[in-house]
Amino acid sequence: MAPTLAHYVTLSFLLFVIGVVGVLVRRNLLTVLMSIELILNAVNINLIAFSRQLGDLSGQLFAIFVITVAAGEAAIGLAIIISLYRLKGSVNLDDAAEMKG
Amino acid sequence: MDASLFFFWMFAIVAVIGAIGVVVMRQPIHSALFLLMTLLSMAGIFVLNGAEFLFAVQILVYTGGIMVLFLFTIMLVNVKKTAKEPFVHKQTGLAVIAGLLLFFVVGGFAIAEVRRLERSDALVAADPAKLASVTVDRTRTTVVDGKKTKTTEKVEVAGNSQAVAWGLYRDYLVPFEIASIFLLVAMIGAVVLGKRTMERID
Repeated sequence: MAPTLAHYVTLSFLLFVIGVVGVLVRRNLLTVLMSIELILNAVNINLIAFSRQLGDLSGQLFAIFVITVAAGEAAIGLAIIISLYRLKGSVNLDDAAEMKG
Repeated sequence: MDASLFFFWMFAIVAVIGAIGVVVMRQPIHSALFLLMTLLSMAGIFVLNGAEFLFAVQILVYTGGIMVLFLFTIMLVNVKKTAKEPFVHKQTGLAVIAGLLLFFVVGGFAIAEVRRLERSDALVAADPAKLASVTVDRTRTTVVDGKKTKTTEKVEVAGNSQAVAWGLYRDYLVPFEIASIFLLVAMIGAVVLGKRTMERID
């Protein structure tokens, strides 16, 4: 038997949850950004699997746009990290807590 | 057990191990290498679903572009200084519980719904060849004795890359152009952010 849609949805959700936990627990800004990449990729798996199942190419095209947005987001995010590192001398999230109430 | 199920399990296990490695590894460089592992096995999963063009894009853009960007940034910032401090927040236990709840409640509902749809006839698997071919109208102009005549014929183009190209340049042309402007804005923003020298406040 070939892998069913439920297999892909389960894998995608597992990776999504691991990414969300990574965003919540890590103190290093670089790893938080990597976890966001994981979340975006988990969504791509869903789009591709449903695209295959429904025989519709739109899922693949949307996945291309998601990859585009991920590339832009990584570029800007890493530029912000370098900027923050120049300002604070660290990429730790707790060191950027000026707006804490 | 056929080959596609075997490859699915192989890629899925590697992807999940890599994802867990991203979260639990102390050094960002190790996280980056585990992320590379996950992204490559996701490319394999794209191939299993008949998305050969996206497989190439995933490898070129993610492992060729974004990961190099990550490695450069890790090289530029001093990560050794924080190596002795705890690498997770204090709310780690709570976050893991929230993640498990998210998976078992929201994900459980989603997966149960997909399984229910699969048992009914609502989600009958389509012909996989649909993703690898597309019918396009091709206009051909022929000049006979100084007179132009246009004939339109339907042409079947084969291959996933051509099908994606026709979808991207015909049906999704405006989002494609907006994506190019988005990338230009991101590039200018990254240059401006990286160039500016800020004064230290500490």
